[in-house]
Order: sequence, then structure tokens, then C-alpha cells
Amino acid sequence: MNTPKSKRPEVNYATRVDKVTFKSKLTRNLKAILTVIIAFIVLIPVFWMAATSLKSRADAVAAPPKVIFEPSMEGFIGLLTQRRQVTAAQGLEEIKQDPNLKWYDRVMLNRGQQIVGKSEYVGYLKNSAITAGISTILSVLFGLFSAYAFSRFKVAGKGDLLFFILSTRMLPPIVVTIPIFLLYRQLGLYDTTFGLIILYTVFNLSFSVWLMQGFIDEIPREYEEAALVDGYSRLQAFFKIVLPQTITGLAATTVFCLIFAWNEYAFAVMLTAQKARTAPPSIPSVLGTGGIEWAQIAAGAMGFLIPVAIVTFALRNYLLRGVTFGAVRR
Amino acid sequence: MSELTLQNITKKFGAITALDDVSFTVKDNEFFVLLGPTGAGKSTTLRVVCGLEKPDSGHVLLDGVICDDSTPADRDVAIVFQQYSLYPTMTVYDNMAFPLRAPGRRLPEAEIRQKIEAAAEKLRITHLLKRKTVQLSGGEMQRVSIGRAIVRRPRVFLMDEPLSNLDAKLREALRAELKHLQKVEGVTTLFVTHDQIEALTMADRIGVLNRGRLIQVGTPEDIYDRPANMYVAKLVGSPRINLVSAERVDGVFRLTEMGIELPLEDSDHLPDHFTLGIRPEDVHLNPEGKFSGEIGITEPLGVETVVHIHSQEGEIVSLASGLIQLNFGEPVRFDINRDHLHFFNSQGDRI
Ligand SMILES: Nc1ncnc2c1ncn2[C@@H]1O[C@H](COP(=O)(O)OP(=O)(O)O)[C@@H](O)[C@H]1O
Ligand SMILES: [Mg+2]
Repeated sequence: MNTPKSKRPEVNYATRVDKVTFKSKLTRNLKAILTVIIAFIVLIPVFWMAATSLKSRADAVAAPPKVIFEPSMEGFIGLLTQRRQVTAAQGLEEIKQDPNLKWYDRVMLNRGQQIVGKSEYVGYLKNSAITAGISTILSVLFGLFSAYAFSRFKVAGKGDLLFFILSTRMLPPIVVTIPIFLLYRQLGLYDTTFGLIILYTVFNLSFSVWLMQGFIDEIPREYEEAALVDGYSRLQAFFKIVLPQTITGLAATTVFCLIFAWNEYAFAVMLTAQKARTAPPSIPSVLGTGGIEWAQIAAGAMGFLIPVAIVTFALRNYLLRGVTFGAVRR
Repeated sequence: MSELTLQNITKKFGAITALDDVSFTVKDNEFFVLLGPTGAGKSTTLRVVCGLEKPDSGHVLLDGVICDDSTPADRDVAIVFQQYSLYPTMTVYDNMAFPLRAPGRRLPEAEIRQKIEAAAEKLRITHLLKRKTVQLSGGEMQRVSIGRAIVRRPRVFLMDEPLSNLDAKLREALRAELKHLQKVEGVTTLFVTHDQIEALTMADRIGVLNRGRLIQVGTPEDIYDRPANMYVAKLVGSPRINLVSAERVDGVFRLTEMGIELPLEDSDHLPDHFTLGIRPEDVHLNPEGKFSGEIGITEPLGVETVVHIHSQEGEIVSLASGLIQLNFGEPVRFDINRDHLHFFNSQGDRI
């Protein structure tokens, strides 16, 4: 039996039923709404901190808290400088007349303070950058090479070695700080940047080796073998063929190591005093000096957050694949 | 001038013996094909030759010099890998330039470009040169992989099933192109395949490998007309050789299952029971033929037709030229050409 073409019911096969029902539209919107709500909850403290860091001293402690306020750099400037209280009797107005004043001098003079130099925090921040930067580079480099060896060569006692490396991560830092403190005092590593760098490097190495090995295992050896036959040595093959393919893994490992080293508090507070002190243990010490400077504390926290945020953002494309590695199969 | 020799190579992977005492020589300028099924040890042979795998015993000789301790780079061989192994972070052009930019060679870029363009032309991949290799199809990758090997003049070419992922037309074209290239350039080549047609059409000599053992080495004619055993006889030739059990009774062979009797001359060297191999092209349909049977299925291939003939309990396959029209169950008469019969003993070895 042949139905004439015109009498057949019209069916639009291109329309997928599941995409047009009311329910599915709702689900999709619900997801979006939920995401926004969660993001809002998560970001409130960050907004709060960002706002506080831009408030003047008076606004920062105002009750009820001000949502709309005149932004001021007082917090940041206060954090980075040392100042002297100047009264009118001491010639505040005359100092204000000085043509060589910078904008930040004026901000502080309006508060009755004269900038006399950099604060110690600037030095701590520098220590933080050096310690975190160098230890991250070292642990990623060592991790890369060890992981390559573990992945490609017959290493005697490989399983045990890998477990041993991982086991260094099993104790929380706070548990080992006291013995390390005693050790470091004996070795003359107490309150040295060098001491902190080796500690962070070693601590991150377990993580770095394990993560990198996962990535390198995923790169088929045939590429290196092809390069060997094409006339290259193993080392050249490593740099020319393997390294470009580990970028994703390197990016992910770098971010994780950097975040740890940059944020580390327990070791830093125990093992440094002044010379090698990093930023994290010094932020709370701002609390103590002459009334609670909330704007300064918030500014310290913000300034501390920004570098990690920038690095993570710069590497985000690699990270997306990096963090989900293992789930992505060829 | 370059000659490749394998001497008593044995390679084990744990309990698996991938290569068992394999010895052969690929002569200068020769196209040598190693033929065998999957798992025979073909890839392992190539990996031993290029130095990626150390044999448990035996030696690899290049031009008569033992090179067991040379690095892959020092051996100066080129290989087309079965899994292509194109460098994923590079373009097709850079992939092909990679061996030419190696520290030992380091040709000027202009010369590199010239060589790559010539090779790309031959392999019909000129339009792909600027692409990243991850965007290529299997066939395209395979051609680029061949290209990366032929841009330079190695002492020996090693090719691991380089045509297996191409469609039939391209495979045929490349088969001819590769053979031509090998003859013109005169590079000693060791080519690996599981495809008997490839082996027969391309090889100067064929080595048949099965489960790590080299069974027979010879020219395509040797392999086809004088197979060393039943395994080789079955491996080459399509449609497959007819193998029927036979016995010797009072001056005739009786093909046991088919009730056919063939007269025989000087057969004293044959045992009483043996297996007879008859190539399908030696079974001729002939209205005046000595033997009779019924038509089974027919497979028209164009220039030829494969005809299955039933005779009592047995079946024999005939290869008739041209397209012929035959009906299932129809009676048919045929002859057997007795000039090319193959005799195998109960161990399957040629008598
Ligand atoms: N690296 C290896 N480890 C263990 N077994 C292997 C390895 N390489 C090859 N084999 C084994 O050796 C045998 C021959 O393999 P191969 O040379 O790849 O065969 P072909 O290339 O002929 O298909 C197979 O049984 C295979 O499983
Ligand atoms: Mg193989």
C-alpha cells in the first residue's frame, strides 16, 4: 500500500523532542541560576575584602557597614609604608605645601601622617616572591625529570620509591615543624630564605613527581623512539618532543606548587623571624600596631591574593585540560 | 651499498618468545618483505634492527659490521612506524623536516624544503604540508609517516605495515609508487606486512614469519609455487589453496572425501596418506573434464570468478577466468592440472 506523499503526516525529524519541552528549559535555567547563587555566596567574602581594602580608616569601621563609599588607597599605602604622626603644631600645613609630594604622600598627610619610608611588609612580600618563585621552579623541574625517569626507565624499587616520595606528604606540616625547627637551628638554616626554599621544594616535590608522572605516562613512547631513529639523542628527543607535550602538565603542577608555597603559613611562622619572613605570617602582625587597621589587613590579603589569581588566570587554558587529565583519553 | 643481516636473533618478553632464532639477510638494493599474521613478531624484528629493542641473543649487522651497541641514531636507518608516531606538536612540514634537521645531518633549510616538496609530491600530500598532524585522517598520517622516512637516504628503510590504513585504490597506487621509488633510489628495504598480495606484488624476496619463527625465505615464485609447508601454502594465494586428504592406492591417488581418483607417475617418494594441495587456478571447468561435481556458490570478481564445486562430501574451489554464469546445484565437469600439485606429509611439510 502506497500512501501518496502529500497525505503523509508532517514530521520534522530535525526537532529533538527533549530540547523543546518546558521541563528541560527550566532545568537549564535552574542550573544557571544555581551557579550564580553559589558564585555569589563564594565571592561575598572576597568582595567584602576588596571593598574594605579600598575604604578609608573611618569607613572601614563604620556601623552599619557602608556599601557605597569613597574609595581610598589608604589601606594599601599604609601597608607598604612607615609613617610618622604629624600635628598642626609640628607644621603639617607647611609639609603639605612641599611641591615634591607624590599622590600617596598627600593621601596620608590628609590623615595627619607623613610617610618616612617603606614598611617591613615590602621586604616580607619580596621574601615571599623569592621563596615561592624559586621553590616552585625547582620542584616543577625536579618533578619533571624524576617523573620522566620513573615513567620511561627501569628504576630499581620504583614502586617503593614512589610511595616513599608520596609518604612525605602524609604528615600535616604542623606536626613536623617542631623537629624541623630544631634541625634548622642546628644547621643554621633558621630564618634563611634558602632554608625555606629547600623545605617548600621538598614538600612540593612529592606532589610534582606524582602529577607529572601521570602526564608523562600519557605521552606514548613511540614519539621519542621515532626521534631516536630520526637521528636525535635521548636528551634531545626529550627537549624537542616530550617537553612540548608536557606543557599542560607543567602548567597545572606550577599552579598547585605556587599556591602552596605562596600561601604556606605554619612553616613560615615557625622557621622565620625577620630576615626571611614571608608575607602570610606578617599580615596578622599588622593587627598589633596601634589599633586594628582593617583596611590595611584587607589590603594585605588582597595584594596577596592577586599574584596567584593572575598566574592561574594566565594558565587557565592548560589547567582546564590539566586538572581533568586521566579523564581525557585519546 | 648497504646490506642488513640478522644473525640468530632471539627476543623474549617475559614468557612470550617474540622472535625465535631468526636469521636472514636483506641484500643491497633489495626489497625484502617479511610476511606474517598479527603477533608473528614482525614489528619486534624492525625494532631490533633499528636498535629500539635489544635482542636477548644474536646480532644485527649493517654492511657486515656488528652494530649491537650502536644507538638508533648511529645506525642511520629510517622507519615508518605502524602507529605513524607523527610528532603532534608540529606541522606536517616540520615532521618531515625533523630527521633532516637532526644534529648529525643539519642540511640547509633550502635543501630541506626541496626534498620535502619532492617527497610530498610523490605521496600526494603537498596540500597538507602546513597542517598540524592531529587534524589528519589515518590514511593521510600514514603517508606523512612514509614521507618522513623517504626525505632522507638512509642505509636501510624499515616499513611496518605502511599501507594498512589506506583505502584500496590509494593502497594500489602507493604500492606501485613505493616499489618504483625503491628501485629508482636503490635503497635496501625491509617491509613488513600481513597482506600476502602486498608481499607477492612488491617483494624481491619474501620471508614468512609465524610465531617468531622464520619458516621460509624465497622469491615470490618460490613462496607461491614451492611453499615449504601447509602454513605457507595457505598464507599466500587468494582464493586459498585447496587442501584435500589423499591416499595412494594401486598406482592412483584417491582424494578421500571427493571420491576422485588421479593417475600418478613416479610417486614412490610419497607416503600412503598425505595432503594434496591444489591451487584454484589449476582446477579448470571443462565440459569434457574427467571429474564431475555440482556447482556450489560462485563469487564473480570481474576478471575472474571463484567457483565452489561440490563432489560427494568434499568441496574444491576453482578459479575461472571472466564472468561466467552458473547456477547453484547445476552439474559440472572439471579437470585438475597435475603439473603444479603440492604434496604435504602429516606434519604439514612439503614432500
Ligand atoms: N613490549 C612488549 N612487551 C611484551 N610483549 C610484547 C612487546 N612487544 C611485543 N610483544 C609480544 O611479542 C609478540 C610479537 O609482537 P609484534 O612484533 O608486535 O607482532 P606483529 O608486529 O607481527 O603483529 C606478540 O605476542 C606481542 O604481544
Ligand atoms: Mg606489528
